[in-house]
Amino acid sequence: MIESTARKLLTGNAAAAWAARLGGADYIPAFPITPQTEIIETIARWIDRKELDARMTMFESEHSMLTAAGAAAATGVRTFTATSSQGLLYAMEMLYTVAGWRVPLVLVNVSRGVAAPITLEADHQDVLAARDTGFLQLHCATCQEVLDLTLIAFRLAEDARVRLPVLVNLDGFQLSFTREPVELPSASAAQGFVGEFRESGGEFRAGHPVSQAVAVLGGGPYSYFRYEAQLSMLRALGVFDEISAEFSAVIGRRYEAVECYRAEDAEIVFFLIGSLATKVKGAVDRLRESGFRAGMVRPRLLRPFPAEALRAVLAGKQAVAVIDQDLSLGSGGILHCELASALYGAAGAPAVLTSYVGGLGGRDIDFGELKAMFEETRAGVDCGKTPSPRLLYTRRELHEMRQLQLIAAATDEAARSP
Amino acid sequence: MFRMRMHGRGGQGIKTGARVLGSAFFLSDYEVQDAPLYGAERRGAPIHAFVRAARGAIHERGIIRMPDLVVLADSGLLEVARGAVLTGVDADSVLLVRGQASAAALVERYQLPCRTLALPEAGSHATNAPDRSLGTTCAAAAARLVGVIDRGTLEAALVAELSDMSASVIEAALTRALAAYDALEANAGCVVPRADSALQSSAPEWIELPQDGVLTASPAIHATRTSERMPTGLWRTVRPVIDFAQCHRCPWVCSTACPDGAIGMGKCGYPRIDLEHCKGCMVCVLACPWHAMTAVPEPVQ
Repeated sequence: MIESTARKLLTGNAAAAWAARLGGADYIPAFPITPQTEIIETIARWIDRKELDARMTMFESEHSMLTAAGAAAATGVRTFTATSSQGLLYAMEMLYTVAGWRVPLVLVNVSRGVAAPITLEADHQDVLAARDTGFLQLHCATCQEVLDLTLIAFRLAEDARVRLPVLVNLDGFQLSFTREPVELPSASAAQGFVGEFRESGGEFRAGHPVSQAVAVLGGGPYSYFRYEAQLSMLRALGVFDEISAEFSAVIGRRYEAVECYRAEDAEIVFFLIGSLATKVKGAVDRLRESGFRAGMVRPRLLRPFPAEALRAVLAGKQAVAVIDQDLSLGSGGILHCELASALYGAAGAPAVLTSYVGGLGGRDIDFGELKAMFEETRAGVDCGKTPSPRLLYTRRELHEMRQLQLIAAATDEAARSP
Repeated sequence: MFRMRMHGRGGQGIKTGARVLGSAFFLSDYEVQDAPLYGAERRGAPIHAFVRAARGAIHERGIIRMPDLVVLADSGLLEVARGAVLTGVDADSVLLVRGQASAAALVERYQLPCRTLALPEAGSHATNAPDRSLGTTCAAAAARLVGVIDRGTLEAALVAELSDMSASVIEAALTRALAAYDALEANAGCVVPRADSALQSSAPEWIELPQDGVLTASPAIHATRTSERMPTGLWRTVRPVIDFAQCHRCPWVCSTACPDGAIGMGKCGYPRIDLEHCKGCMVCVLACPWHAMTAVPEPVQ
């Protein structure tokens, strides 16, 4: 066991596994899926070597895995599990269900685009499909955040004022398979922060039966239970700040619900979630060197949505360029929609809110594109008109797509001919 | 910031190599990012990994478009378009190629635009097994070329990253790696990281995506036999060779076992291997009841 703070190179997956270990997870229901598998492989190896005293059970599906996770949490056992993409979607029914049980557990999602067509690379379609389930959502930008926010997630889930499951998201490949320096707290410091499992007092026990998740009819009781969860969700905004401050006192790193980078005096800010933040910070620095007042605002906490904090930091900005690595088909970028609803009618809200959909299925977004987004948004400010939403897609990409379609005989004419 | 890519084939230890290089920088007090880029995760298929190292925070992620150093573990990948070894390589890049060919011969044959160095092969053809320590050997060579990693630090990084291996494997890998480090003494420090401002960033030529008909716009392949257009034979590190004196012409044992359908029936009922597509998995070698097939390292002379 590590007794003192150590700085090591860890992948995002390894950081998630370390969080389960340092956070004292007792039970880990598991099912493998790329790019998450390394998390459960790492934990399995520790258990096998008796470095970790926990129980891991393999299931036949993510649906069963989540059911087991919820059931275990209902008995008062600290539960950690992980999945990705199709796995998260397959478990979707149980995400709603275990959140409705009001049981605390931590689910790490390694985000990956969803089928069809199938891909292995990252975007946020999977995790945003779980947006309305009743799981809190924390989004990580670095491997360090994966470790730290997962530790915070245990506290958040078990807090009596919240008592809802928490999903921690890290981007496939960009974090899951990328090693970078991670500060590991000592086991005693981590234990001191996370503490023992916090029982609600209503845990299921042999000899203490509980009828979990009863059926209700008539709408009134149903509305009551649903809205109680909503109230706890909203309460979690303040609880996050409180637990995060305690984390800072014990471990030394401070996480706000909304990260602001050079945003205070910025005129135009980028708005996004996840590991793209690293590159956007680089772009902000380079734009600043060219004399532009650029900045970045990134919610770590996406559920509950920190609307008030966002209104505060964005008040007085000329414009926000929203980058969505997701697409609500028939609508558009999901973050754009969320931010617009938070800002509507707010005093000092930016007049221009541009929408960029990019990075789908792991598509790279480079500095040239970030700069072009900034410039297009600035032009919108100058003429007082918000440009149309844009898919980040180049002429060259379409040309390459056409080459593939030729090979596949995938044109409307060719496909019909025998 | 140093921006480095390591290219090789699945099974050659490229991911481990990138980790060794990353750890060597990390132990030299650099901030580091290292990552493999997976795709067709299959033995012999082209893969690459990358390493970034800087004295301050790294505000980049993902693929490296303009590398300061490219290390190629297997010169055969220069023949594989999908290996994409030379992507973004320019006059300010250094290319290190492990193989039999001299640097001058490689520059001439492939019209290489960059400073090119050769890392001679050191007897890895002694056995039929693919050399899984190529990645670590190449990482050690890279550590010498960047000029900021001392021998002791490299050794510590190697030991740390190979700790799950047996003592004999670690010792052999260490010997090869340190020999590569020593062999490149004359080129120590030849890799010069380019400034951030020297990274090209052209304005994107964004387009509006046209709406196509559904047969065009759905992810289906209507053409047949498209896999024939993918010459996976270049993935092979070992080749199955039939000893026709031992072959009993029992139809379909080897050809049924072949996961790629690369074994057909030739003249007189003998199996015929399609070397354009055989990936060298050696399933047929194991399947042959008469032990009439052997694995011979590529390139077969």
